[in-house]
Amino acid sequence: MATKAFAMSQKFCDLQSPMEPDFVSAQHLTGTTVMAVQFDGGVVIGADSRTTSGAYVANRVTDKLTRITDKIYCCRSGSAADTQAIADIVAYHLSVHQLEIGEEPLVKTAAKIFQDLCYTNRDQMSAGIICAGWDRKEGGQVYCIPLGGMCLRQPVTIGGSGSTYIYGYVDAIYKPNMAQNACLEFTKNAISLAIQRDGSSGGVVRLASITEAGIERQTILHNDLPKFSVI
Amino acid sequence: MSSIGTGYDLSASQFSPDGRVFQVEYAQKAVENSGTVVAIRGKDGIVFGVEKLVMSKLYEKGSNKRIFHIDRHIGMAVAGLLADARQIADIAREEAANYRSDFGGPIPSAVLADRVSMYMHAYTLYSFVRPFGCSVVLSSYDEDGPHMHVIEPSGVAYGYYGCAIGKGKQAAKTEIEKIKMKEMSMHELVNEVARIVYTIHDEVKDKAFELELSWVGKGTEGLHQFIPAEVQEEAEKLAKKSLEDSDSDEDM
Repeated sequence: MATKAFAMSQKFCDLQSPMEPDFVSAQHLTGTTVMAVQFDGGVVIGADSRTTSGAYVANRVTDKLTRITDKIYCCRSGSAADTQAIADIVAYHLSVHQLEIGEEPLVKTAAKIFQDLCYTNRDQMSAGIICAGWDRKEGGQVYCIPLGGMCLRQPVTIGGSGSTYIYGYVDAIYKPNMAQNACLEFTKNAISLAIQRDGSSGGVVRLASITEAGIERQTILHNDLPKFSVI
Repeated sequence: MSSIGTGYDLSASQFSPDGRVFQVEYAQKAVENSGTVVAIRGKDGIVFGVEKLVMSKLYEKGSNKRIFHIDRHIGMAVAGLLADARQIADIAREEAANYRSDFGGPIPSAVLADRVSMYMHAYTLYSFVRPFGCSVVLSSYDEDGPHMHVIEPSGVAYGYYGCAIGKGKQAAKTEIEKIKMKEMSMHELVNEVARIVYTIHDEVKDKAFELELSWVGKGTEGLHQFIPAEVQEEAEKLAKKSLEDSDSDEDM
């Protein structure tokens, strides 16, 4: 991809100090595992907390669950810069929109704006986003907006490099109409499993549940994560 | 009116000494000279009735409609200069389409009313354009119920339960205030609206008219539609009958 090629070329173009390690100049990526699940009354979102530049962990306590509005959040994976910029722009558009319509914006609207930005600029960006939240018309909703800029509503979705290791787990465990606490357990377990196997995911697990009452966040430190394997 | 034509009415960019913008008031006069629009918001829907004055027997029936569809879920009825109103309808359609494209859903009619009123107001600020000579009524129905707004040439917009614009508006408003619209169903409203339009129509001054009827509400699943022919026929029959009854009640 264009951004990866650029990162690679940086290594070869550095005439000043050819012995410099790659992480000095490599772009920040949120390697990541992110996840969102819908339940009756809201959504649960979760993410790991590792940001890498090359092999260096630039931030081991990242917050990848970013506020767009009080009841709409996004889970960011891919380029940290790209996703932060997009989230800022979407949050701006929604705040103006909220003034115009006089009520809390719909999750669908946020997802549409994400999609517009991700699709129109697909060649310049590397951003995999999950947009999830609660609104009074449709309740809890999860929309995934992966690399090319498609937008799809799903009851559960996973993203980031670590997600590839947990597709089987998610497929096996997910049942429709799970309660809020079951969704929190499920998300925590899934992200923990991904952290075990993916080098680009790690740190703590950040969880949040968004309902009509707003957002409730929690952080689970690495030692408190569930242990699955003895090998 | 005392200060008509005293030099402050030549452009919309001028106030009069008593704080009026005459061009806007003249635009409102254009609305008052047009056939009446009666619009009533009931329990779960809104009905438009337009007294479309027919100037010549040679006109094709059903031409020059004064009710427009804006997107699928919003209706617009107009009074005043029809050519100006068509421009407003075009703008409203563009706004609704852009909203869909930007935000992924249908535009709430309150938001559309805001935007149309901003647009109409803009034309009251400059000397090189004139204000729109029409008032428009916007209606829609969604999960929060029916919504109705009227936008005047000055650019002010209000939400209404019942409204009338055009030449017979005073008489129509008197009739509208008599009925308990908040509990009425869409079918009941159709008959009321038809009756009111027939009642206020002045047989002496304006000869022929066509009654245009449209509705939007729970019964149409939120889509704005022209009223089916059978329903319209029934409503007009009842309206004519109630006219005859009230005529025969008059003392000679």
